[in-house]
Amino acid sequence: MKSLKNIFQEKKNLLSIFFTAGYPNLNDTTAIISELSKNNVDFIEVGLPYSDPLADGPTIQDSSQVALQNGMNLDIVFDQLKSIKETNTTPLVLMGYLNQLIKYGEDKFCEACVACGIETVILPDLPMIEYENHYQQLFKKYGLTNVFLITPHTSEERIRKIDTFTEAFIYVVASSSITGAKGEISNQQIDYFERIKSMNLKSNLIIGFGISDAKTFNTACSYASGAIIGSAFIKHLSKHGTDNIAQFIDPLKS
Amino acid sequence: MTENKNMKSKFQPTTEGYYGQFGGAFIPELLYPNVKELEDNYLQILESSAFQEEYKDLLQHYVGRPSPLYLAKRLSEKYGATIYLKREDLNHTGAHKVNNTIGQILVAKHLGKTKIIAETGAGQHGVATATVCALMNLECVVFMGETDIKRQAPNVARMKMLGVKVVPATSGSKTLKDATNEAIRYWIQHPETYYLIGSVVGPHPYPDMVARLQAVISEEMKVQLKAQTGNENPDTIIACVGGGSNAAGAFYHYLDDENVELIAVEAAGLGVHSGESAATSQLGEVGVIHGSKTILMQDEYGQITEPYSISAGLDYPGVGPLHAFLHETKRAQFMNATDKEALDAAFELTQLEGIIPALETAHALAVLPKMSLKKDQVVVINLSGRGDKDLETYINHLED
Repeated sequence: MKSLKNIFQEKKNLLSIFFTAGYPNLNDTTAIISELSKNNVDFIEVGLPYSDPLADGPTIQDSSQVALQNGMNLDIVFDQLKSIKETNTTPLVLMGYLNQLIKYGEDKFCEACVACGIETVILPDLPMIEYENHYQQLFKKYGLTNVFLITPHTSEERIRKIDTFTEAFIYVVASSSITGAKGEISNQQIDYFERIKSMNLKSNLIIGFGISDAKTFNTACSYASGAIIGSAFIKHLSKHGTDNIAQFIDPLKS
Repeated sequence: MTENKNMKSKFQPTTEGYYGQFGGAFIPELLYPNVKELEDNYLQILESSAFQEEYKDLLQHYVGRPSPLYLAKRLSEKYGATIYLKREDLNHTGAHKVNNTIGQILVAKHLGKTKIIAETGAGQHGVATATVCALMNLECVVFMGETDIKRQAPNVARMKMLGVKVVPATSGSKTLKDATNEAIRYWIQHPETYYLIGSVVGPHPYPDMVARLQAVISEEMKVQLKAQTGNENPDTIIACVGGGSNAAGAFYHYLDDENVELIAVEAAGLGVHSGESAATSQLGEVGVIHGSKTILMQDEYGQITEPYSISAGLDYPGVGPLHAFLHETKRAQFMNATDKEALDAAFELTQLEGIIPALETAHALAVLPKMSLKKDQVVVINLSGRGDKDLETYINHLED
């Protein structure tokens, strides 16, 4: 697996795709990753399905519920990811909720990430203060790095602090909404992207939430290193399964 | 509200909202500005004379406080103890919940908020929120699990009459946990709203703020016990715990007085180990739920378990961080009561004292037969709510 850090140096307009592990079927994880890689997706976010995903909209919530009903759990997803460690070259990022890590065992969770070749995690309910007090050291021990989210309401002071903690990228939440909300990119959002861009942060920026098609993806890319598409891809999977992934990715890459 | 600022109690949270290892503010960045605004302002607002005057005036003239402390003679005789009932059921809207909503609506006004959201389980907090929003002419949306909407129809009707939009939560077990998830998601999307949380749960500063607003219960108890028994301390205080706001209020001014025995009663549903229970302290482990670190019911992979209780106000898979700390430090004893025990206790109180308690409250009453009590032992049971909303369940039980 390539290192995420190198990807940022090599390329612009990075396309990242989010999917929920165990959706639509328990054993689709490796096939989805393989298809996304074949179609030149630059990095992949693997969602760990959670019973109470507070930061996710209805589409990802539903996919999580289905994945859990399918029997997905952390042991299975780590086994699946381990099985493709040698063959998959596209960087993977794990996205889950803090309670999953706490219950699984903080060290055990980190060890499993390392065993799968994963170096980046996104835990949307891990606050900065808890990171500073505890998790920064834990992750450092395993060579893991955490991605922080910023929103239009995050203060400049706070963004600067997040910038100092960031090794992979800053996740720029496109609007103060949960994932999958409808709508195009508004002038207000563009003002926000420009404000962040003009801060000349050292970190790479990736825009997510509300990115659903070529148009929103391209707009996002003009203000950041790339963008993440989640809900729109989950919707595609629920309609077409894992067979026609190229059909979803091709228009984004043109 | 009479907390002594110089008192360094281990039961008061740290500036980061921790009671021992429990508490904190585990929130997505999207909610940080809202929670930070509240954290920066809540103590100053609660301690301001403008707030205190209005809060106390409304509690007296609108809610009907102080609520009576009633010596339940026949109940005392039956259990061989001196049992007092703190009559929160006599508050306007029928439960302790209004102490908190009156306080928080004033906090929201001080912060300049015009739209209120809330979650509700049994509907008592929803009604109490709808009531203060009508009083203050503020727009209000209440999230309630679809299951609870069905089993607490009278409270849904009251909320609607009060002009509130009731939004059904259709995920998970469609109860309190899911209603709270939906309220938080709505809050993320509408950061201009004020989230009026109904219990001592959620990210810091909510657990502390709600405990302070419910502390009026034990503040009054001290004065009333002094007048009636000559001693402001009882031997034992019993309260039911879902999230734990009525218990937090009844315990608050006694937390540092280790001579006062504190008993928290959870809902055991069909039995603690039946798989259909909400006895968090018995079944839970450390984790994060709704923005705070506490004990919660979860599986081996950290997926939050669907709790069960006949009582819509107690079937919550977590417990407030203060209660997790009281449990861990053994400052409070955690007991539990099954659906059946609670139903029996509700009928017993009704027939002995002419008081129909809420199903939640009935759990607190249900531990009396399990305790070894002494005749001169002064026991206060926090009678957190009245049973009007549970009549359908009670009638069905009568017919069984």
